Amino acid sequence: MKIGVVTFPGTLDDRDAARAVRLAGGEAVSLWHADSNLQKVDAVILPGGFSYGDYLRCGAIAAQAPVMKEIIKKANQGLPVLGICNGFQVLVESHLLPGGLIRNEHQHFICRDQKLRVENVDTAWTNQFALNQEITIPLKNGEGGYIATKDELARLEGEGLITFRYVDVNPNGSMNDIAGLRNERGNVVGLMPHPEHAVEPGFGPDTDAAMRSGVDGLLFFKSVLNALVNA
Amino acid sequence: MALFKKKTAPSGVDTTANAAETPDKHQPWKELGLKEDEYARIREILGRRPTSAELAMYSVMWSEHCSYKSSKIYLRQFGEKVTDEMKKHLMVGMGENAGVVDIGEGWAVTFKVESHNHPSYIEPFQGAATGVGGIVRDILTMGARPIAVMDQLRFGAVEHPDTARVVNGVVSGISFYGNCLGLPNIGGETVFDRVYQGNPLVNALSVGALRHEDLKLAKASNPGDLVILFGARTGADGIGGVSVLASETFDSTGPSRRPAVQVGDPFAEKVLIECCLELYKADVVAGIQDLGGAGLSCATSELASNGNAGMRVQLQKVLKRDESLTPEEILMSESQERMMAIVPKQDRKKFEAIVNKWEVEFSILGEVISEPRLYINWGDEEIVNVPPRTVAHDGPVYERPVAFPSYQDALNADTVHSRGLYRANESGTDLAAQLWQIVTSPNQASKSWITDQYDHYVGGNTALAMPDDSGMVRVSETSGLGISIATDANGRFCQLDPYQGARLALAEAYRNVAVGGAKPLAVTNCLNFGSPENPEVMWQFKQATAGLADGCLELGIPVTGGNVSFYNQTGDVAIHPTPVVGVLGVIDDVARRIPSGWQDAGNNIYLLGTTRDELDGSVWAEVIHDHLGGRPPVVDLAHEAALADLLHGASLQGLIESAHDLSEAGLAQAIVESCLRFNMGARVWLGEISERDNVDRTCALFSESTGRVLVSVGREDDVKFVGLCEARGIPVLRIGVTDNSGELEIQDVATFGLEDLRTGFKATLPALFG
Repeated sequence: MKIGVVTFPGTLDDRDAARAVRLAGGEAVSLWHADSNLQKVDAVILPGGFSYGDYLRCGAIAAQAPVMKEIIKKANQGLPVLGICNGFQVLVESHLLPGGLIRNEHQHFICRDQKLRVENVDTAWTNQFALNQEITIPLKNGEGGYIATKDELARLEGEGLITFRYVDVNPNGSMNDIAGLRNERGNVVGLMPHPEHAVEPGFGPDTDAAMRSGVDGLLFFKSVLNALVNA
Repeated sequence: MALFKKKTAPSGVDTTANAAETPDKHQPWKELGLKEDEYARIREILGRRPTSAELAMYSVMWSEHCSYKSSKIYLRQFGEKVTDEMKKHLMVGMGENAGVVDIGEGWAVTFKVESHNHPSYIEPFQGAATGVGGIVRDILTMGARPIAVMDQLRFGAVEHPDTARVVNGVVSGISFYGNCLGLPNIGGETVFDRVYQGNPLVNALSVGALRHEDLKLAKASNPGDLVILFGARTGADGIGGVSVLASETFDSTGPSRRPAVQVGDPFAEKVLIECCLELYKADVVAGIQDLGGAGLSCATSELASNGNAGMRVQLQKVLKRDESLTPEEILMSESQERMMAIVPKQDRKKFEAIVNKWEVEFSILGEVISEPRLYINWGDEEIVNVPPRTVAHDGPVYERPVAFPSYQDALNADTVHSRGLYRANESGTDLAAQLWQIVTSPNQASKSWITDQYDHYVGGNTALAMPDDSGMVRVSETSGLGISIATDANGRFCQLDPYQGARLALAEAYRNVAVGGAKPLAVTNCLNFGSPENPEVMWQFKQATAGLADGCLELGIPVTGGNVSFYNQTGDVAIHPTPVVGVLGVIDDVARRIPSGWQDAGNNIYLLGTTRDELDGSVWAEVIHDHLGGRPPVVDLAHEAALADLLHGASLQGLIESAHDLSEAGLAQAIVESCLRFNMGARVWLGEISERDNVDRTCALFSESTGRVLVSVGREDDVKFVGLCEARGIPVLRIGVTDNSGELEIQDVATFGLEDLRTGFKATLPALFG
């Protein structure tokens, strides 16, 4: 299974995302922002970083990149797409997911091991989790505060589209503790925390068992491989 | 002043021909920071007066910052006090942008610390941000992919009204720039002391990894190769001293004031990093130099001088942000995110394709020539014609006067004992209160308010980071080969004895690398001192460099490079001498790394090393008694080496569960941090330390004797571990047991709830700055 990992100028976590794909058993294919050829990938990851320097608004310029035109088209036809952090911002700016992301409430960049609850497992990227499973993966952002209109929030809650919610600590002032969303179809998922930083023992978050042994993020990538096999 | 306008060429620039014709013209050498004899020497080198462009180049390249003119004679010993054995792993030594060390498996590592102190006081956010940017470009210049950063910060007193401005600006600047570059921040230091009030220290370290064959050097040696400037455009930022010159040539059309602090754009730098790495991979770069301090003046003269060649440069080709820039300003601009590449003509197309792919702007300024001469033209007019070596390398060298400080004897005589400072030996309650006061004091409390603002995950290779004793990153994903780095400096100890102080910093950084399970391999430094024109400061510098060089020789690890920052003072009052020492270690497999905290209940806690009555200069003396005097702890580097060997051996055999170095605030601090790291309780007793080492309870808890490490060992490995220590002659004493009680019990002193401890430990910095 070929999973595309997009590199925009200023993307930072592309190598991490590619590693996560490999560790889950997939093949990572590098996609370049200026190239609209998706190289027949079976799914796409928009990794974290500061695409185009986050000028204008986070993700706003990346949403207009040649590669995104193609990704938006294919996503609307069912291509699985995961947006992580800046990638989530790109998905929102591309209108593949609703709402917006603003400066953290406390005004600081924050890097921490974050507990989340997986509230929807009917997606291409979460089908290997148990419903309401609590996981810990790193969170690192300056502009992760999720916002949406009252009506939009009510719709998201009503239709069960909220996929991840912060547990114990809301690290950035997100409305309704929202950490991530899915689209109606379940092929597009975006979240602020970073599953690709919790895939390999020794380099993930601390757990009760051992230092840096947390690999809760791996199931995101196993989920998409599973979804593709069963598609 | 219209001096530069008189008899200049039609364009208004001061040409070499014009300089030859007008030998007596007054030039503002003094305002540019040159001494009379230095100006005379420039005239002697050139056989005429310098043009204003040449004067600008010499003045900035001969400045203390670029020429190391006051420190050179002392820095030499880092290259002299070495054995062949020490050079074994050294691929590039001092003098290049950064030293390069062979770590095996065909991998090499380059690392360096640099200061950005003065800009960070004037404009903390940009000063700190561009400090990170500058050091990362130094690493990139060696052909390496930067893989991590660290920072060493010194701020004024927490209660001073200006401190919050500097702290918030510096931390956000590092966070902003470093996070956007995608480099994990894996550690550093933060110290508050009133001596840094008007002169904070912002040192930034970067480390990079490369394959041996990818090593690049800053030299232009092949005639005909192209000289290409690429990256950001050249603007008016960071012009500094040259503004004196500029102000003389400006008329009303030019901007009136130039910012002396550079402005950074981390996005441009991130793109530049990836672009350079692709250029290296395509092997189209024969030499490369970053543009930092002294900008184009430095890059052109150093590349030519290092290559024993020359260059012809057309300055009008430089892409500018501001068309009104004068040639002098272009030569001096310290605009960030720029690089200069030397590219063979046949590789020009390949070079252009790669920079175009990354949408990086470039311009071909000229070419390398065999004649060792740097010619710079402005249009048709020659404005620079100099031997590049005289600009870059043959600057002035001073043997500044040195004097033993008048206050030193009195300071050393004013000890904790002579003062009779109160020790709470008889009262467990008072001892417990002192412990609480110390671990919640700004310097000892958790730094997580700062470090949580830095990304330490990016890259996916971080094996250790703050709050562990060292930062460790994996270099090879196939073998697990990795490196670790720790930096240290104790300004208080250095004030008491700069020779010992430098050795203490070295010993601590060395130990911090060893407790993580790595083998110390090489040293870098950033020497922060007051004014070299003050003979007492020069004495401190002389002592500290001797101490560090002697220490490195004794430990058998070479200094690979470093940085000197002088003039760190407010008025006549210098900072405490603060030689930051960074030690690089290598570990064959990062999976073997040792955490700093206790992980499992039921492990035995051992103290390695002996405790002496060494409270002078300690945190206890500072926090409890606001006292600085006496002599720092003694350093035994042979013992440190034996201790490091023991830790390495024990970790290879998997005998230790955790190891934490004892330094500031001694055992008390180490115990508290070991508990809080993974929330593991413990019961600890002090009686046997007091009995064996003949010290009181205050010393047992707070003495800062060196060569000590706290380790935890599983019961099944107990006998083996103790046997190993005894066989190697390392003093070992069981002083406690870990448990699941959720408490830290120090017998006969107090019992602390871990939650209370954590709350107190973490609350200090947010309460002050959050």
